[in-house]
Amino acid sequence: MRPPVIDLADLAARIPDGALLSVAKEPNAPMALARELIRRGTKNLHLVTLPTAGVFADALIGAGCVKIVETSGISLGEFGPAPFFAEAVKSGAVEIRDATCPAVYTGLQAGEKGIPFMPIRGIIGSDVLANRPDWKVIDNPFEASGDPIVLIPAIRPDVAVVHVSVADRFGNAWIGDRHELKTMAHAAHRTIVTAERIVDHDLREDEAKSANLITPIYVDALAEAPGGSWPLACPPDYALDPGAVRAYASAARQSARSGGGEEWLAVLTPSHAEAAE
Amino acid sequence: MSGAADMAAAMGDVKREELLISVISELLAGARHVAVGALSPIPGAGALLGASRSGGRVTIIGSDLPAHRMDGGVELFDMAAQGRVDGFFLSGGQIDGQANINLTGAGDYPRGDVRWSGAFGSAFLYFQVPKVILFREEHTRRVFVPKVDFISAPGASEPGVFRPGGAHALVTGLCVMSFDRQRVRFTLKSVHPGVTVEEVRDNTGFDFDVPESVPVTDLPSAETLATIRTEIAAKIANPYPEFAERVFGVPRDAAA
Repeated sequence: MRPPVIDLADLAARIPDGALLSVAKEPNAPMALARELIRRGTKNLHLVTLPTAGVFADALIGAGCVKIVETSGISLGEFGPAPFFAEAVKSGAVEIRDATCPAVYTGLQAGEKGIPFMPIRGIIGSDVLANRPDWKVIDNPFEASGDPIVLIPAIRPDVAVVHVSVADRFGNAWIGDRHELKTMAHAAHRTIVTAERIVDHDLREDEAKSANLITPIYVDALAEAPGGSWPLACPPDYALDPGAVRAYASAARQSARSGGGEEWLAVLTPSHAEAAE
Repeated sequence: MSGAADMAAAMGDVKREELLISVISELLAGARHVAVGALSPIPGAGALLGASRSGGRVTIIGSDLPAHRMDGGVELFDMAAQGRVDGFFLSGGQIDGQANINLTGAGDYPRGDVRWSGAFGSAFLYFQVPKVILFREEHTRRVFVPKVDFISAPGASEPGVFRPGGAHALVTGLCVMSFDRQRVRFTLKSVHPGVTVEEVRDNTGFDFDVPESVPVTDLPSAETLATIRTEIAAKIANPYPEFAERVFGVPRDAAA
């Protein structure tokens, strides 16, 4: 029952075309895995971002891997808008399902609990709600006088993907204080993990880490991928590489505008970036 | 007449950022807990200045400092839902006179002329946080429109919709406005030094109330200015080292 430790290419092969794929916002974005999905030519992904995303989502969209994107926001943060995302939404190349951050958490929490939906406050009267026919409004059944409330259907991703600092050969992945990564893994049918390093000892025996693990029952397979979040951050191992993200933002902007060029993909390749230094 | 030059002349050695930080801290006086979203250095600094007086807590999304972090991504929303967050900041690519905000895109949704990043937490937090400060430095008719193209989060709700939160004020590069949730309308509260009421009118695409006499926004006191330039400048360098360096000259490697 122990999830296998395999290589990155085999890991990417476990994500089929058309999968409902869930990824959390940076840090801990599995960028090495994204490069592998792009190299394989994975198609028609339905991407759910927890609750937002950056380079990971923009690059997969730029490479034509994504058909539907469900998100509360995709941006490159201080490096500006996400060029491929914006262009693909405008052209209709991807179908957008706009959400709001806590609604994505709510959907995954319902998924984690195995219940069909969960209520959430707010959202009523927004055009976000008006464009989500899959979100419903009911009257709070515990209140005599109305009280409309939104219901978010459960989200059960086919695959959740995450990059962590450390995992072990038993299939435990340490997620630090990012409890939402556990929620995502629990809601997903299976979780694929890349890690800076995969250690031999059982992380469940480490008091400081044992409360913050995605445990093997949720994990489909793991691969060791040093630098696997680059050019984004993987705390506590390394911070975001501002030069590389800036280079991506610029190259992606140019490519999204002109509809061609592979420079953006080259600047996301570690060997290319080293050569440029 | 150049409004920017008038403003600079009237401000003396106070930077626009410092004025806005001071204004925000006053608007949040007494708050126990203020949360600050991504890409918000001025609101973040304003919240920190307010907290340095009130002893309240400031949560800054993106900060590595334990005092300003949350327990994972969900806690902020759960806290807001329970009424444990008193103040928050929202902005918009478009903001209209009913305090509707648009973070999603301009033109016909979804395939409009401009696509922005998305609603983020706005469609929830705008309902839950009692004092939401709308903050947008750029004060133009491009931003302040008669009606937003897409309501990422509504400024007002129908009676019967659970809504303890909403807009408290609008702070821009030109002025401060208050928002009346019953009347669903902004009122000009003050214009920044060197800015005229006409200039605000000319650059605002929606109607708002203007009292007979509109005061000039108070400049920060010498004491407040000193606090901003030392204590607050050092604190806001995490997670905003570029802002702290540009505005306050905090060396980049000093950001803890």
